[in-house]
Amino acid sequence: MVDLSPAAPTRRFAVTLPRLPVTVSLALLWVIAMIVIALFADAIAPHGFTALDLKHRLVAPGEPTHLLGTDELGRDVLSRLVASIRISLAIAFGATLISALIGTTLGFLAAHFRGLVEQVVLMLADFQASMPFLIMALSVLAFFGNSLPLLIGLMGLYGWERYARIARGLAISAGSQGYAGAVRQLGASPGRVYGRHILPNIASTLIVSMTLVFPEVILMESGLSFLGLGVQPPMTSLGNMVGYGREYLTRAPWILLSPSVTIVLTTLAVSILGDWVRDSLDPTLR
Amino acid sequence: MTEPLVRVDDVARTYHSRRGLFGRAVEVAAVDGVSFTLGRGETLGIVGESGSGKSTTGRLVLGLEPSDRGTVAFDGAALPKGGTPDWRRLRARMQMIFQDPLGALDRRLPIGEQIREPLDIHDIGDTASRVARVADLLDRVGLTRNHGRRYPHELSGGQRQRAVLARALATTPDFLVCDEPISALDVSIQAQVVNLLVDLQAEFGLAMLFVSHDLRVVRQVSRRVAVMYLGRIVEEGSADDLFASPVHPYTRALVSAAPTPGRRLTDRIVLQGDPPDPADRPSGCAFHPRCPVAEARCRIETPRLVDVGGGRRAACLPVSGDATSTREAA
Repeated sequence: MVDLSPAAPTRRFAVTLPRLPVTVSLALLWVIAMIVIALFADAIAPHGFTALDLKHRLVAPGEPTHLLGTDELGRDVLSRLVASIRISLAIAFGATLISALIGTTLGFLAAHFRGLVEQVVLMLADFQASMPFLIMALSVLAFFGNSLPLLIGLMGLYGWERYARIARGLAISAGSQGYAGAVRQLGASPGRVYGRHILPNIASTLIVSMTLVFPEVILMESGLSFLGLGVQPPMTSLGNMVGYGREYLTRAPWILLSPSVTIVLTTLAVSILGDWVRDSLDPTLR
Repeated sequence: MTEPLVRVDDVARTYHSRRGLFGRAVEVAAVDGVSFTLGRGETLGIVGESGSGKSTTGRLVLGLEPSDRGTVAFDGAALPKGGTPDWRRLRARMQMIFQDPLGALDRRLPIGEQIREPLDIHDIGDTASRVARVADLLDRVGLTRNHGRRYPHELSGGQRQRAVLARALATTPDFLVCDEPISALDVSIQAQVVNLLVDLQAEFGLAMLFVSHDLRVVRQVSRRVAVMYLGRIVEEGSADDLFASPVHPYTRALVSAAPTPGRRLTDRIVLQGDPPDPADRPSGCAFHPRCPVAEARCRIETPRLVDVGGGRRAACLPVSGDATSTREAA
């Protein structure tokens, strides 16, 4: 018989070296740069991010010792930016992972048990969706004080209902007539059905959802910090910098501009990257 | 006589559906008291129009859905409840072929791995023997090893159904339920897959429940045929007899409507009235509003499936006579 697919054996390995579109390469570079900065923040920052230099207050960007200028207390903006990226990324990654984990688990539980469990999960999801998250976060932080783990945990509650709805809907549709029903019929345990079949199949949708939630968490943290309820001084985050820099918007816009630009570029890069990851994970689009 | 492999006794399944936003819940009896037996290596074809409950019957027999009433016994023992470890173990001995092969395959796994999956699940053999078994199965259903490395979307419809078949046969089951296995395929492919099914059935000694709306295919595959109408079996008998001389008026209409090459459908019986609505079942014999030979009593009395001679069973009052009916409370 004529072998019509000579490339078949190598196909799975060819995927590891794809040609990246320009935007994706730029986005990837940016995200990698952010991660490197976050990991090596202490080595990269030229000054301590809390170090005051009252003789050099509100120095404009361009000085050799203060590349991005200084703020109202003479603290180096570049050093503060580096420290902020570390905190903000830690919060955003942590929170996104937590909410994806909670949401997907609850969605699968709802799809598997149906009945009462499903009703409870859906009710919680509706409750979460109808509640302005900022107000909930404000009240929690106001009552329980503020710490980084609490902030990450709180942010982890943000957006879980989307994963839950997606996971439940896709799992049910796969189960009734589709591949999951067929595998269940083969005698597979629920763990196998959900772990080996449903999760890989819906992973692309979940990843896209994560890349949507990730920027929102950054923005949410920025908003909370801007309101003074997020990361507390002397710690700093991107939103915190924007919040405290707003008073000097007319006199020293660089204090606020560099974290703002970082927020915009990071969220954009993550979105672009997520879109690309989804496409490249799907074997039917190869 | 030895105990049959599958004994289905008076199973029923009712769905509840709501009509409109505030409508009353309506009970739809998808399957309403179906009984049959199936011996080893035997094939029973189930035919009927859509909504007659033939697919639901297949799912009930496999325990994929709980039955509201009645019992299913497999190899002399009652079928365990769906989803329990006992039920899962039994999957190695009873398998199902689905209507839509693309839907039944995981599109993210190469089909070779999917054919291997039942062996992994039921822990049959070691790694080397599983790999060999997959190669053997691919060969049996007429696929090459290269096909095993491909993804479902890279195969044609017929090849996908062959892959589904290979997966179902991996654990050498005793019993196979085929739910419209060829209706999603091209006509040119249908014959190949049907022939493959018949060959494999003979080779593996499979008992088979073949659910289809296609009379020609059922006739080719099955030795016995049951005709379903609105959740009940209305006639059952050997395929040749039943198609040559249908007894029940519904079967007669069904058989007369099947086209034969080279012959015009001149003596076709065209049924009057609307196709039945399972949610609004006519009283008495469910077929009476469309039946050309209906009598007054057909409206009130529900016929039972009784022996009408020659190994045939039919549920029709005018055919079987008086003594066999049950009077329904009005």
